[in-house]
Amino acid sequence: MHEQTDNKPHSIRQPAEGYRSSGIEIVRREDFSDVTYLLEIDHPMMARAARPGQFVIVMSHEDGERIPLTIADFDRDKGTVTLVIQAVGKTTREMQRDCQEGTRLISVTGPMGEPSQISNAGKVVCIGGGLGVAPVFPQARAFKEAGAYVIGVVGFRNRELVFWEDKFREYCDEFIICSDDGSAGIKGLVTDGLELAIAKHPDIQEVVAIGPPVMMKACAEVTRPYSIKTMVSLNPVMVDGTGMCGGCRVKLTNGMKFACVDGPDFDGHLVDFDDLINRLHRFSEEEKEAVEKWTDSCKARL
Amino acid sequence: MDRQLQGEAITVARKTIRTIPQERTPIPTQQPSDRVQNFDEVAIGYNLEHALVESERCLMCPQPACVPACPVNINIPGFIQKIIDKDFRGAWEVIGDANLMPAVCGRVCPQEDQCEGVCPVGETLEPVAIGRLERWVGDKAIAEGWTNTPWIQPSGFKIGIVGSGPAGIACAADMAKAGCEVTVYEAFHKSGGVLRYGIPEFRLPETVIDAEIDNLARLGVKIECNTLVGRLFTIEQMIDEMGFDAVFVGTGAGTPRFMDIPGEYLNGVLSANELLTRCNLMQAGDFPNHDTPLGLGKKVAVIGSGNTAMDAMRVSLRLGAEKVYCVYRRTFEESPARNEEIEHAEEEGVEFHWLSAPVEILDDGDGNVRGMRCIKMELGEPDESGRRRPVPVEGSDFEFEADTIVYAIGTSANAIIGQTSKIALNRWGFIDTDDNMATSLAGVYAGGDIVTGGATVILAMGAGRTAARSMKEYLGIRDNDSIYADRRSDLENSLFGIPVEERNFVRIRATEENDTRGNPIQ
Repeated sequence: MHEQTDNKPHSIRQPAEGYRSSGIEIVRREDFSDVTYLLEIDHPMMARAARPGQFVIVMSHEDGERIPLTIADFDRDKGTVTLVIQAVGKTTREMQRDCQEGTRLISVTGPMGEPSQISNAGKVVCIGGGLGVAPVFPQARAFKEAGAYVIGVVGFRNRELVFWEDKFREYCDEFIICSDDGSAGIKGLVTDGLELAIAKHPDIQEVVAIGPPVMMKACAEVTRPYSIKTMVSLNPVMVDGTGMCGGCRVKLTNGMKFACVDGPDFDGHLVDFDDLINRLHRFSEEEKEAVEKWTDSCKARL
Repeated sequence: MDRQLQGEAITVARKTIRTIPQERTPIPTQQPSDRVQNFDEVAIGYNLEHALVESERCLMCPQPACVPACPVNINIPGFIQKIIDKDFRGAWEVIGDANLMPAVCGRVCPQEDQCEGVCPVGETLEPVAIGRLERWVGDKAIAEGWTNTPWIQPSGFKIGIVGSGPAGIACAADMAKAGCEVTVYEAFHKSGGVLRYGIPEFRLPETVIDAEIDNLARLGVKIECNTLVGRLFTIEQMIDEMGFDAVFVGTGAGTPRFMDIPGEYLNGVLSANELLTRCNLMQAGDFPNHDTPLGLGKKVAVIGSGNTAMDAMRVSLRLGAEKVYCVYRRTFEESPARNEEIEHAEEEGVEFHWLSAPVEILDDGDGNVRGMRCIKMELGEPDESGRRRPVPVEGSDFEFEADTIVYAIGTSANAIIGQTSKIALNRWGFIDTDDNMATSLAGVYAGGDIVTGGATVILAMGAGRTAARSMKEYLGIRDNDSIYADRRSDLENSLFGIPVEERNFVRIRATEENDTRGNPIQ
């Protein structure tokens, strides 16, 4: 049941049920590859409130950091929210090791951010690259349910890393997989898939691109000459997720915006991606240090 | 009449300005050279002897000026008298009627502008150290583990509070005392709001916050963390669907301001809120044992000269910064920080660039901060705030090296409640309320920084109490906000024991089938 496409959270009758502060239980885990894994968490209230494009902030344990993760899916009947995580830093690797079915995360707060505007565009392209494949799915589904003709474009390095193909095919009128080595779908980047779609459909009204900043930048550059509205979902460094720290500020041609409260979706043609990429390196040394220290501690355990 | 006068003359020899201890009792403080090495408290606090001596300095004015000057109207001579009587628990209870957080407020209130500012002793000598006494009482209560689990008759009303900062806590306490079932929602994983994320350990230790927030739980208040109201559910849903009879919004003014000068997006530029949140809430100073990185350099320039700026600078010094500069476009006199805070910062080694306005943050060519360019200012005519307006001096640009720039130039309204509800905002984005803290939505009240813009902890608490009073009136609860002290009989102003202002008040409650507007519930 995902019929709601307006921006109002779903009706809630019993407030106490579904909410708990003493940890959020993981009810399902699925591994897509040796770095990408899915966690489905039990949070009925959040499942009712969540909209495509929103994110949560997760703390896995008491001394942990608050990490923003885009909501990849939500099931209002089951009362669950799905997160797809790539083990890149210390926290996400540690979660990969420790989070199993039945594990409780100390805090999951959200949904945060403005939901994506599911416009009444007749024909849209939804692009997901790498980790962006998961969060673009609810948008593709929402557009489909709003009556749009949806073209899905997803990119992976190779066949082994592909996930959710069946989920996308269920909601996409056309679906293009791009892989670096050609082992799945077409050989090439998502921008190649996007070019193909634009060539075939001159009447595309909107593009949604979610993935690494370089990918979103490239997609925005592809659509710029055609003046096709292109929405991107930004993932800057964040602490609180409620507009308080300003760590997530992004440079747009129309001024400063905070990704956590003004976004995370922005018009890709207004975003200064180079600035975003620079700011994502802000803690690269600390990140390296944390990963090294953690890896050492894991070795010590063996 | 005569008998009364005589009686008073016999039992209480009226103190005068000549008979009280002349010197204000100093508060023991850590030496600057020691304290910059640690996060322990700067002011160590009174001991019993200090407290007893200082209490004697109170003249026990029959019409005390300090009580109305206190934003939460603590019965100040009342609690000081209890100290003199050596009834310390009684002192704590007197404060507790007005304020559940004496140890917090004794530390962070700007008493010099409030109770101590109007103390008549201060006209000739230094005023009574009310704040230090309040802190001593609060600390004593924590050390002794005093708890009161009062029996409160349930009133049957359900109250939702958004935000567990000072405003929310004060409102929650008053509503709980009035017998309501109170739930406080907090977006962070820890309660306390600005007390927790914004005020450093050396000014307000976390254990003090924990202990005093525990008092709320004893009144039956539930605090639900990790709940972002507006997004998880809206204010309207709280009233319409979740069964709250009234809601108080105290979400604060948390959004940091930037200046729109070149270089603001460089790595190494951050808001004071971010620095303090990382350090206080996330314990980034302990990275990598705690997972949150800090990202503080060795040469830190803080823009602004308010209390937050002082906190950011003093935190930076304690986290290993070698040089810390304060950049402010006016002078010491116009500086909004408490004088004591500026003095503390100066003692600890902060260098002040008064009359300097940042023009540009300089890039090291690799996306990081290398320094800052400022222009000298001079003071011109007074502006609308009454302070002399700084005017740039042409050609006076200067540069200095820094690897971290911290913005502490104020905050604006937190956007989320405005984005997600139909509540009326003013043109600056703060919630619009009337004098009773009522918002445009029926049953919804607001107070604290989200109404006034950035102010102080105690003003937010005062607003929370005002809102609680209005909520009680809205719900038809007769109550005198005090549970510990005996209810004062006020026969003159009542009719058959009911205060006149509550006459003809009709209590309307939703029935099973109809909501408060008489429409059938869907």
